[in-house]
Amino acid sequence: MEWIGLLNYAVFMAIFICIYGLLALGLNIQWGFSGLFNAGIAGFFAVGAYTSAILTTPEADGRIGGFDMPVPVGWAGAMLLAAAIAWPIGKICLRFRSDYLAIASIGVAEIIRLVIKSEDWLTNSARGVTNIPRPFGDLPYAQSQLAYLALVGGVLFVAYLLVERQIAAPWGRMMRAIRDNELAARAMGKDVPFRRLEAFVFGAALMGLGGALFAHLNRAITPEAIDPMVATFLVWIMLILGGSGNNRGAILGVAVVWVIWSFSEILTDQFPPEIAIKAKYIRIFLIGLMLQLVLRFRPEGILPEPQRGVSGKKDS
Amino acid sequence: MDFMELLNFYIVPGLVLGSIYALGAVGITLVFAILRYAHLAHGDIATLGAFIAFAAVTLLGLPVYAALPVAMVVTAFAAVGIDRLFYDYLRERPRIVTVMASLGVALMVRSVVQVIWGVDAESYIRGIARPENWWGIRLKDREIVTILSMIGLVLALQLFLMKTKWGKAMRAMSDNPNLALLSGVDNGKVVFLTWLIVGGLCAASGFFLGLNTELKSMMGWQMLLPMFAAAILGGVGRIEGAVLGGLIVGVAEEVSVIFLPSEYKAATAFAILLLMLLVRPTGLLRGKVL
Repeated sequence: MEWIGLLNYAVFMAIFICIYGLLALGLNIQWGFSGLFNAGIAGFFAVGAYTSAILTTPEADGRIGGFDMPVPVGWAGAMLLAAAIAWPIGKICLRFRSDYLAIASIGVAEIIRLVIKSEDWLTNSARGVTNIPRPFGDLPYAQSQLAYLALVGGVLFVAYLLVERQIAAPWGRMMRAIRDNELAARAMGKDVPFRRLEAFVFGAALMGLGGALFAHLNRAITPEAIDPMVATFLVWIMLILGGSGNNRGAILGVAVVWVIWSFSEILTDQFPPEIAIKAKYIRIFLIGLMLQLVLRFRPEGILPEPQRGVSGKKDS
Repeated sequence: MDFMELLNFYIVPGLVLGSIYALGAVGITLVFAILRYAHLAHGDIATLGAFIAFAAVTLLGLPVYAALPVAMVVTAFAAVGIDRLFYDYLRERPRIVTVMASLGVALMVRSVVQVIWGVDAESYIRGIARPENWWGIRLKDREIVTILSMIGLVLALQLFLMKTKWGKAMRAMSDNPNLALLSGVDNGKVVFLTWLIVGGLCAASGFFLGLNTELKSMMGWQMLLPMFAAAILGGVGRIEGAVLGGLIVGVAEEVSVIFLPSEYKAATAFAILLLMLLVRPTGLLRGKVL
């Protein structure tokens, strides 16, 4: 009996690793390959979660909905809306240095949080959206979890292949050129703000998809489902620790950080309640410290970005 | 709604809030112009300053206003310490890496506050302060002190930047770092002074926010967006611009309640920020664009 519980927990964690993996891939497009600082990951995640939830749920009192669409439509909608929100922000901010984007993305996440919390007709505010259909949700618990894991794992794998392909393509080479030497890229006639906008929108769409997968996993989404700053920051530390600019590194970082994060939660839950509350904040302090340490001692991450093209040149 | 009502319930609270934003925005504009990055931990350092003042009131038994200088000095050195520990060694790397480090510092400072003082709301003074009537304008004492202190601190800073040798060095670093370094300006000392000033201003801004509302661990983070909007609205690098921007953002937030549901107060600052970046990224007073 014991090992079945453990196995169930491992599957549950693996599902979360896949969902965070999508967020980290999205951030890798934005930061790792294009040097864009997005501090509003949780905002795009929430947009994706709510969009898919509203599109696929049956009718409910007090909010719009009743579209009852198939789940893939919800996922596509989540990606589209997250991208549509990223577009104007990027359009305005990407002409300047990435600092401005950092501030604006914090603002976007904040506004999205406000809208979700206060627009009753849209999101049912604090009560949240419930009755979200879950693929393979009719199976018994263990099988259903496994089937969902296979599904999100498949989605992550496809996303990984597509991003890898895109990065190996001339587009990826151009993005790295813009990241490493904007002036030279501009002199070569590249439209820098527009290319950055592309990367920002692609990344945001992946984050929206991650949010949709999360909503369908839980069958419900409420404003308190995720702590915006902690979620955003976790994705950042995952990417930086794993190795920004390296997709495999990003996913490895997700696994490492998520395992540490979950186990530290299990650990602190053992404490008596008055200490457990403080321990929660100490954990947040420690991930902040972890970022500083990685930035100082291993800024390239566990799996550094491969030096593309260098070895090829030596041979010729 | 007549004019006096507009003045008493929207403009005056707006100016008080704006003074608080202005104190923070001046610090943001200094970091942005001299060190050249967006400092995302600014709001949380303000929270730290406010709680240090709270500790001075509760533990040392100081009167409320005497706690302000204590908090400013302690926070100033805390800011210098944060720079030494977490930002200094990133100076040779792209600036955006420091922005990321500052996001981590924001989280760390906030969790320190939450561990030491908890997450419940606190206040410096118990009881309700009654506003006094000044020819029809209703003002509380603490509101007058907030506005006057902001003006005093900014004037002192402006005097320091204009008249003293190190103030001039700071302005030189802001205008042209290469030329300043060639002329023999000591970069380390400028960075030290900048953080000292910025930390002190942060504490003042947090203290006055706590004095006029209440002390909460998230209050600084929620001020971050309005403070940045104020700095960019006024023009990055312009002290008087940051003050003007802060006052405009503060009044705009309070007045927005007339037109928008009050939940969206925070959206006003964001709208101002995007609008300025769209139409006039140099700000009202022609600051710089990074």
